[in-house]
Amino acid sequence: MSDIQFEIDGRQVKAAKGMTVLEAAQGAGIFIPTLCHHEKLEPFGACRLCIVEVEVKGWTNLVVSCVYPAAENIIVRTRSGKVDRIRKTIIELLMAHAPESPKLKELALEYGAVKDRYEMDSSFCIHCGLCVRYCAEVAKKNAIGFVDRGINKEISFIPEIAAKECNDCKECFPLCPTSYLQAAFVLAQSLAFPESEPGEKPK
Amino acid sequence: MVQLDSPEALESFRQEILSKRDPKRPCISICAGAGCVASGATEVIEAFKAEIEKQGLAAKVDTKGTGCPGFCERGPVVVIYPEEICYLQVAPEDVPEIVSETIKENRVVERLLFEDPVTGERAVHESDISFYKAQERTVLCNNIKIDSRSIDDYLALGGYSALTKALGEMTDLEVLEEVKKSNLRGRGGAGFPAGRKWEGSRNAPEPIKYVIVNADEGDPGAFMDRALLEGNPHSILEGLILGGYAVAAQEGYFYVRQEYPLAVENINLAIKQAEAYGLLGKNILGSGFDFKVIVHQGAGAFVCGESTALMTSLEGKAGEPRPKYVRSNVKGLWNKPSVLNNVETWANVPHIINRGADWFTKVGTESSKGTKIFSLVGKITNTGLVEVPMGMTLRDIIYKIGGGIPNGKKFKAVQTGGPSGGCIPEDQLDLQVGFDELTKAGSMMGSGGMIVLDEDTCMVDVARYFIHFLTDESCGKCVPCREGLRQMDRILTNITEGKGKEGDIELLEELSETAVEASLCALGKSAPNPFLSTLRYFRDEYEAHIKEKRCPALSCKELIAYYIDPEKCMACGMCFKKCPAGAIDGEKKKIHIIDQDKCTNCGTCFEVCPTKFGAVTKISGEPVPAPVPEEKRMISKKTPSKESQKGK
Repeated sequence: MSDIQFEIDGRQVKAAKGMTVLEAAQGAGIFIPTLCHHEKLEPFGACRLCIVEVEVKGWTNLVVSCVYPAAENIIVRTRSGKVDRIRKTIIELLMAHAPESPKLKELALEYGAVKDRYEMDSSFCIHCGLCVRYCAEVAKKNAIGFVDRGINKEISFIPEIAAKECNDCKECFPLCPTSYLQAAFVLAQSLAFPESEPGEKPK
Repeated sequence: MVQLDSPEALESFRQEILSKRDPKRPCISICAGAGCVASGATEVIEAFKAEIEKQGLAAKVDTKGTGCPGFCERGPVVVIYPEEICYLQVAPEDVPEIVSETIKENRVVERLLFEDPVTGERAVHESDISFYKAQERTVLCNNIKIDSRSIDDYLALGGYSALTKALGEMTDLEVLEEVKKSNLRGRGGAGFPAGRKWEGSRNAPEPIKYVIVNADEGDPGAFMDRALLEGNPHSILEGLILGGYAVAAQEGYFYVRQEYPLAVENINLAIKQAEAYGLLGKNILGSGFDFKVIVHQGAGAFVCGESTALMTSLEGKAGEPRPKYVRSNVKGLWNKPSVLNNVETWANVPHIINRGADWFTKVGTESSKGTKIFSLVGKITNTGLVEVPMGMTLRDIIYKIGGGIPNGKKFKAVQTGGPSGGCIPEDQLDLQVGFDELTKAGSMMGSGGMIVLDEDTCMVDVARYFIHFLTDESCGKCVPCREGLRQMDRILTNITEGKGKEGDIELLEELSETAVEASLCALGKSAPNPFLSTLRYFRDEYEAHIKEKRCPALSCKELIAYYIDPEKCMACGMCFKKCPAGAIDGEKKKIHIIDQDKCTNCGTCFEVCPTKFGAVTKISGEPVPAPVPEEKRMISKKTPSKESQKGK
């Protein structure tokens, strides 16, 4: 199985063909921070927090480890001045949405991120897409999706599906790093779920 | 309908078309491109048709709406063949005179000719016009000669001869080699060598491959691809078929933005015509090569010009880029090898096959060969599409072709490469245009946008404008682009509104680094360019905005004030009458003053104040002088305005 050998932070690591650098690192017990990654889901490459330095044939590049394929003889560095600086900026940008998220606070401590560096935004959602993708890929219900684009993008429950499926599932709830999902669910429930449907009544 | 089943059949069909055409027969070509249509070309075409009919010339003269020849500033453009007499800004009222004079009597209508703004000389022929003289038109040259809806017109000008040559005399590998040898680089943005891209697809093991035209041109102020799509769709289609042949693809796609309805219509028509002649479909020209082409309309997202987002969108999903580290020429559309090139790149291919790579590489710089079309817009005398050899200096493009900056203003910078390009200042005007040259200067070739900025343009505001555009167009998937640009847009807006703080520049630099290094796709990676390049060359303007709350270009609305110089005001009442905010106080023979509390900084007073007085001025970064005391406001002497009028 272990047909690729390469280096992460000075350690020799083995990986199967087709594995990403992040998977190989996790397998070897090397920690790389992530927000949008989940082992049951297709790599999404959106939060960019798992960015690392990769040296291939003497050329150093920054890549995101959750989608970068592990390859023979590459040299990976999970921390560097630049990597840390970028992670800090990413955390600070997300803290403009969810300054009190425990997950973000923990990361902020590690990377010295300041929570009020940028102007605050009203939505707690950090668009990691864990709920949307879990519902589509694992639960296979498609009860929640992204709507709109860019800075106006939001997660939204599809009332017709959510009213039938969500009360008995809620598997996505613990995935949300900012608790925005739960708030969105309560809102969708009170606004859009027909009362005649079985399950919980709107609070 | 003829079905052409061999290269010879196509060539003899071409001869048949040519034998029915008399090269000496007068032909009135009227640009029917979007720019000229906007300035009334449709009415001009109708007027010509009616007038020709009225004067009984229908049997002797051809009239046709053609593709865009590029001189949009002076549209509608009319060229009369065979003499190639070029009339500009033609209105329907001019038509009877043109027909009676030029068509019947062979006399030129002087007043419709181009007049050189410097020498005052008039140019009769298109090629004598200074705008065209320094250009080298390979890709655009046929636009004005053909009815974009007629495949026979394209064939008459040698169209599809590259296809007959390729299918009749060359192997698919030879076609690929020729394109590789030509060193044709992608005209869409990154400038990746097309031949190498093709080779990657060809060598990929998957048997099903695709070739795609990126016609999702979305840069503000850019319309070169539009002109080709609307004006000469067969030239792009021929390039695409040749590409399909070279990489062994059997399907091609046009990804055209929905906002180009005429382009969509003309491309669809071109495909139908090519199918009918047997130039698309099964066993093209008896060669055994099968190829079909499908048009897909994009829904108007700028990011869909990015290769992986375009392919995701083509698959019917939301147009977001893919986070993969595999090139799309190996794993692209539906995970199959897919060659994606932009419109202009494809349109170059038939010329390369026809005339050979050696001919192509004769023009250009060391690393950038051939010609490039730029859309020259902004503060420039001759707005329009220009095709120039790579390596021409920016100065020649702006002054020789573009005719310089209008209204006696000073040149400040030229923004190239689209929204994520950069600004190049005056001391670099002798830079030769080329992919690597522009990148070195902190800008890029992009798809060929060229926006000229004059001294009245605030560079911080330019950066803000483009960053705002990109913020709007971010797909929102990755954090550095979505969140980073949102914050950059805010900070830049604050600076232009006088709310800039110490440390803002450093914060913007930090956000730029994160976006450049960590964004998912090229949109985010290049998005900070407008900020970075303006900071590089115009740092003093940023500092003036932040530290002195001053806009050196006197452009940022929140940082300027309008003031009437009491020494110069002649109480003519123009500003008083026009001020939409009622902020000006004045009466006959009484010096006007602006109530700064009511003033909205709209600038109307500045515009309407007669130039001979020039009493309204803009000030920035300093307090507005106190208004003249009431008792000193009356003008006792006779107003010089009347005297000067008498003098005239």
